[in-house]
Amino acid sequence: MRDPMPYIMLGATLLLVVAMVLMLARLIGGPSLYDRLLAVNSFGTKTVLFLCVFCFIIDRPDGIDIALLYALMNFIATIAVLKFFNYGALTVDLRDVDTAREAPDAEGPP
Amino acid sequence: MSLATLILAAEPVAADAVRAGLDWAVLVENALDVFTVAFLLGGLFFVLAGSIGVLRLPDFYTRLHAAGVTDTLGAELILFALILQADNWQVVAKLLMVAFFLFVTSPTATHAVAHAAWRAGEKPRLGRWKAPALEDEG
Repeated sequence: MRDPMPYIMLGATLLLVVAMVLMLARLIGGPSLYDRLLAVNSFGTKTVLFLCVFCFIIDRPDGIDIALLYALMNFIATIAVLKFFNYGALTVDLRDVDTAREAPDAEGPP
Repeated sequence: MSLATLILAAEPVAADAVRAGLDWAVLVENALDVFTVAFLLGGLFFVLAGSIGVLRLPDFYTRLHAAGVTDTLGAELILFALILQADNWQVVAKLLMVAFFLFVTSPTATHAVAHAAWRAGEKPRLGRWKAPALEDEG
């Protein structure tokens, strides 16, 4: 009997690709910048999962290192893009920014 | 097609378990596979539900909720299913590191995006909202 586990994982990667395509749809059609950022971040998480499952399919678990690297780079890229769009530059020292003063029109959450 | 593939691929495992009777070694080996399939299906359910939520929910903060909540749980379930299939401790250690970093960084990134959107003046949609039919959306 053939080992069914690679086929099960192949189905899992197909479903993960479906989820990634849905994320791409939100990335292209997202009305605001933050929708797109959220879609990119979620796409990265799914890419990490895809890489992990794919490494098990081809039976070469070394690739999980790449998934680990991608998870960390995804997080740092999200934070960097957010900082750039908030302050207009990546060289701003966050210790000099008074975060309480910059809150929008002091309404508070509804 | 993929769901049918999953079900068809899981069937010989179940047939083996039935044929083996009370052979404990075979039972334990197949139990690992069955648990792997269960955790994979659970994780894929949460990942797909989160994706559909991000695509369909009405405003930014509800989409944030869909992505942030379900990505963490779905990713952890899928990684745990892979840990059950690992055959040496280095792979287990690497997968645990991936799971730990995803568990820490995914909610942090979600919070950062939400905070930045709130500071930029993105307002949540209030009041009742009725989803448009699928054919009405451009």
